[in-house]
Amino acid sequence: MDTFIQQLINGLSLGSVYALVALGYTMVYGIIKLLNFAHGDVYMVGAFIGYYIIANFNLGFVPTLVLTMLITGLIGVFIYQIAYRPLRNSTRIASLITAIGMSYLLQNGMIYIAGPQTRSFPQIIDNQMYSLGSIRISTMQILMLMTTIFLMIALQLIVQQTKFGKAMRAVSNDPEAAQLMGINSNQVISFTFFLGSMLAGAGGVLVGMYYNTITPTMGAGPGLKAFIAAVVGGIGSIPGAMLGGYLIGMIEVVISAFGNSMIRDAVVYLILIIILLVRPNGILGKHETEKV
Amino acid sequence: MILMKIFNRTNISWIVLFILTYFVLEGLTWAGIIDPFYEITVVNIFINIILAVGLNLIVGFSGQLALGHAGFMAIGAYATGILLVKMPSGAGLIVSMLVGMLVAGILALIIGIPTLRLKGDYFAIATLGASEIIRIAILNLPDLTNGAVGISGIPLMVDWRFAYFIAALTILVVSNYIRSSPGRATIAVREDEIAAESLSIQTTYYKNLAFLIGAVTAVLAGSIHASYFGVINPGQFTFNKSIDILIIVVFGGIGSVTGSVVAAVVLGIINVYLQQFGALRMIIYALVLIFIMIFRPSGLMGNVEFSLSKLFKRPQDVPGSIENMEQEKGA
Repeated sequence: MDTFIQQLINGLSLGSVYALVALGYTMVYGIIKLLNFAHGDVYMVGAFIGYYIIANFNLGFVPTLVLTMLITGLIGVFIYQIAYRPLRNSTRIASLITAIGMSYLLQNGMIYIAGPQTRSFPQIIDNQMYSLGSIRISTMQILMLMTTIFLMIALQLIVQQTKFGKAMRAVSNDPEAAQLMGINSNQVISFTFFLGSMLAGAGGVLVGMYYNTITPTMGAGPGLKAFIAAVVGGIGSIPGAMLGGYLIGMIEVVISAFGNSMIRDAVVYLILIIILLVRPNGILGKHETEKV
Repeated sequence: MILMKIFNRTNISWIVLFILTYFVLEGLTWAGIIDPFYEITVVNIFINIILAVGLNLIVGFSGQLALGHAGFMAIGAYATGILLVKMPSGAGLIVSMLVGMLVAGILALIIGIPTLRLKGDYFAIATLGASEIIRIAILNLPDLTNGAVGISGIPLMVDWRFAYFIAALTILVVSNYIRSSPGRATIAVREDEIAAESLSIQTTYYKNLAFLIGAVTAVLAGSIHASYFGVINPGQFTFNKSIDILIIVVFGGIGSVTGSVVAAVVLGIINVYLQQFGALRMIIYALVLIFIMIFRPSGLMGNVEFSLSKLFKRPQDVPGSIENMEQEKGA
């Protein structure tokens, strides 16, 4: 039982990252119905930006995180403006291919700039182990969980309480009607990309600090997992992405600990397919009726 | 009458083109311009044509985004890889292809029947998951598939002529299917599912049929891959491979068989040319992809099809014909 709780705590840390990345997927999908496959690579770029900030300016945890989030957010807006915005009125498949092209570009651009090798992420916090009985939890795990929860509450407040959040919900509900009400949908979508990329950047820094290593290809795996998390939770739903992220993270860790880590990914995909069959809108997704 | 139906204009123009291309390729091989190195590129192009034409039937004609084509290719490659080692003969190759088609067909129905009745991207996500499960299953069945190392030393039963023949056959099957009555129904589902349903077209049935045919053609490509190169491993059939095939389909034009063929050839040649750029290769490729999508989102060919008669006749000569309507829509 103790090992199980221990694994759940480890799973919460991994799940936090999946949840942060999944939020970006779900917000972008909710607002422009784009499967943004470049999002995993935005998370990777975030990790590298954090790395360069610490290596060059030697800042503490909070300034590094904030600065990384801002820069990554701006990169997200930039990506939207140059690559996705011209395609807003063409087919969804064309935007999907552009997103894949962007993913290749970020990944290979980073390999070109930083080299393909694995880098070790500098340690900026004093990582200690705390014991509660036989359960052990590290400073880093607590920090990860706290940061993620803080960011999620902030996001909920932005989406539910501010005018921009209201505009976001309006555009995601009906873009044309929102535009008729005087909402600048382009600005709102840019803002959505800003928020989503910010969270991915935060996820990148946290993962860099937690696992100590970063590579230009680190975005592909978690990107796909976060996407699954978003679907399992109900794509388009913000609480769903959080729930899905934690769920996938914990399932992964528990399977690795108690079963065969080789079949870990297969189980995750199997859960995805079962969810799609039983509850296609995801756990927290809302059911949309068909309109003629 | 039946002969008239089989030898219609489209089929005749495709067959004439196939025969001409065959002699050109045979001549180039004889003259030594296609040397063994370029032959690999040529066969790769044929394999990509089979994959892209099959995927275009799913994505372009039935309108369902599929992100797991590499999974079906893996089934074909492993069926051939496993069986051909045990019976290294022409018959063994055919048997292995049939076994692969059967397995892939059953799997396609298992994925398709529940998810294709849903709207939205669920089918895309389910195919992505299924193809990853296939790959992980291959990794975890070392007795059968030799795990991550893969199978090597598969008897080389296939040459470029066989690959060319299968590619031509796939093009003919798909281009005839979309002109047949079920094919028209499939296109109707793509254009407007609710309208098609109210005309008593069984939408789920036709979507599944298109998916089934597409999956089966991918098996052929996998078999050719296994028996031409002789080496297969699970790393060749990742999500990225599915995406590569999708890129060919979109690049050529969603809903144009001709487009898929042209795109497979063009991208094959671009790839050879980009080899010299080394590290910059993938960056250039990504930029090309983004720019093409921004400036030509409907792909190279849109949804225009190749036909010899069109070369001699202006489209408005056949009023109300399907080609004519499709062209108007494309323009």
